[in-house]
Amino acid sequence: MKTMLYASAATIAVALMAPAHAQDTVKIGVILPYSGQFADGAKQMDAGIKLYMKMNGDTVAGKKIEIIRKDVAGPQPPVAKRLAQELIVRDNVDILAGFLLTPNAMAASDVSAEAKKFMVIMNAATSIITTKSNYSVRTSHTLPQVSATMGTWAAKNGVKKSYTMVSDYGPGHDAETSFQAALKAAGGETVGSVRMAVANPDFSAYVQRAKDLGPESIFVFIPGGAQPAAIGKAFAERGIDSSKTKILGTGELTDDSALANMGDTALGVITAWTYDHNHKSALNEKFVAEYRKDNNGENPNFFVAGGYDGMHVIYEALKKTGGKTDGEALVNAAKGLKWEAPRGPMMIDPETRDIVQTIYIRKVEKVGGKLVNVEFDKVENVKDPVKAAMK
Amino acid sequence: MLPPVFGVLFDGIAYGMLLFLLSVGMSVTLGLMNFVNLAHCAFAMLGAYVTVMLMKDFHWNFFATLPVSFLVTALVSVVIERTLYRRLYRATDLDQVLLTIGLAFISVAVAAWFFGTTQQPISVPGYMRGSINVLGLNIGIYRLFLVAVGIVVTILLVMTLEHTRFGAQVRAAVDNQRMARGLGIDVDRTFAVTFALGSGLAGLGGALAIEIVGLDPHFAFVYLVYVLIIVSVGGLGSIAGSFAAACLIGISDIAGKYYVPELGAFLIYLVMVAVLMWKPAGLFGKR
Repeated sequence: MKTMLYASAATIAVALMAPAHAQDTVKIGVILPYSGQFADGAKQMDAGIKLYMKMNGDTVAGKKIEIIRKDVAGPQPPVAKRLAQELIVRDNVDILAGFLLTPNAMAASDVSAEAKKFMVIMNAATSIITTKSNYSVRTSHTLPQVSATMGTWAAKNGVKKSYTMVSDYGPGHDAETSFQAALKAAGGETVGSVRMAVANPDFSAYVQRAKDLGPESIFVFIPGGAQPAAIGKAFAERGIDSSKTKILGTGELTDDSALANMGDTALGVITAWTYDHNHKSALNEKFVAEYRKDNNGENPNFFVAGGYDGMHVIYEALKKTGGKTDGEALVNAAKGLKWEAPRGPMMIDPETRDIVQTIYIRKVEKVGGKLVNVEFDKVENVKDPVKAAMK
Repeated sequence: MLPPVFGVLFDGIAYGMLLFLLSVGMSVTLGLMNFVNLAHCAFAMLGAYVTVMLMKDFHWNFFATLPVSFLVTALVSVVIERTLYRRLYRATDLDQVLLTIGLAFISVAVAAWFFGTTQQPISVPGYMRGSINVLGLNIGIYRLFLVAVGIVVTILLVMTLEHTRFGAQVRAAVDNQRMARGLGIDVDRTFAVTFALGSGLAGLGGALAIEIVGLDPHFAFVYLVYVLIIVSVGGLGSIAGSFAAACLIGISDIAGKYYVPELGAFLIYLVMVAVLMWKPAGLFGKR
């Protein structure tokens, strides 16, 4: 009798332990374009996630963190939506994360809103994404945040007349309108603008047109990849002298791989951006060194920083909730979160759940024979101007 | 001082020459051999990657890589022609399209596997960069070089196909295969050489294109559109037609972007539609 009692007690204990064990993991579903045209960015963001877990352990508030990765393969909103649903329904994830591209983030936001799941957007930069779900936060930047800062800075620093060249698609329009509005508000003037075809291999005609108008500065927004090099070469070939006509832009224009393609034609280009591996801080030096160790000596870029900081928000939110994973608790814990990131001080805006951070003004210079984005000015505590204007 | 219109004309012709070099190979294979080769730009991409590899890993001079990119592409294409394409010479267009578009997809995946999806940087010699000022016009040095190469290639090709024994064999083999065989022409070999020539030119075009438009694994598809436009506007099988079409498309593209940027890159499609409505077989098309 006694043995049976012990046996059944043991059985019950085991039975109780099993679900208890399951509750000891926090599952994070990461949706990224691991294959296709944007695979490099996805790889880098994933490396940022891995790096954070390596440096901070894979348990938080007594729970083990488990990452489930899903490949969305490109800008495919229906696929992103289906993956988000599968992750929640089939894999029982507690948190959605990743999102390199705006359309995918938008589609998954619907799922997050419906399922009340915490969602961390680690890159996608169109302003309105975070308004689609009350459970989402962003750890990258918004495009208007960067371009408006560039506009204000330009007007205040003697580049009052500007021509704008942007790619003719959503982010390009965002960049154009926010740069022009900020420039105007600070007393500057737009002397002309052009929206360039997105699939556009040769910029010479657009650049020639800009040159013939003789503006003080040219603001450029184009998607990364092939285009920065092509436009940089077009500027150089047209004989646009960056000491006379300042070339302004956002960070995509001069990120590491773009610089490698542009060569010396990039010298003097001024950009507004959030993160560069040359940023001077003790934390960043450690971050860069650790990243290089694990990634064949490559430098981390803004994708890596977005993934790394996204994990930080998840970890800190879990610490605050004591491991509770319901969307409401997590998003409330994330609101107002302040921390020191590799890119500098950051905060999740408690009202908009979007990122508040320092925007750096950098200029491409040659340091030790290499092209580097040298930070020479900064604007602190920049909020997303679009959401600020919505209020 | 010349008005900007001359600058637009020069840039247009230079861009046209780039498109011409990319598409003339297709004009040879599609026009002369009647083979629908949608993998054409995959061969162009191969040539481009050969140049990138030689420059990056072996530190070759840019000019030295050009003949190699031609040869390697030609050789690889012969292997593919002998193993895959030749089985489909008499197949329907649809079969040819399916095979070659499949090859193009494979080439994108292979390139992404080996080189990643990022842009491949090359640096042409310093003296090829920048521009010279002629009567107030900016003439890009590299573009000038493209125009020169385009003209040389055109002359060589026309001479080869119109005035040599090999050219006569190709034309005979295309027009009447049985008769050509009967006359003792080795049709298989002729086709293989023609195909290699067309693909080699694509490889050369790809290598020359990197400096202007960059290189990533999507090259195989992005430029296919332009190549098809040029070949159809020019007329199948006509080198001169391709040349004229490339100039026309290049100039309309640049002029469109310069004068009516709102229309921008769309103008070339309008031009194509207009030409094909006026001459359905293309500018110099015979069929």
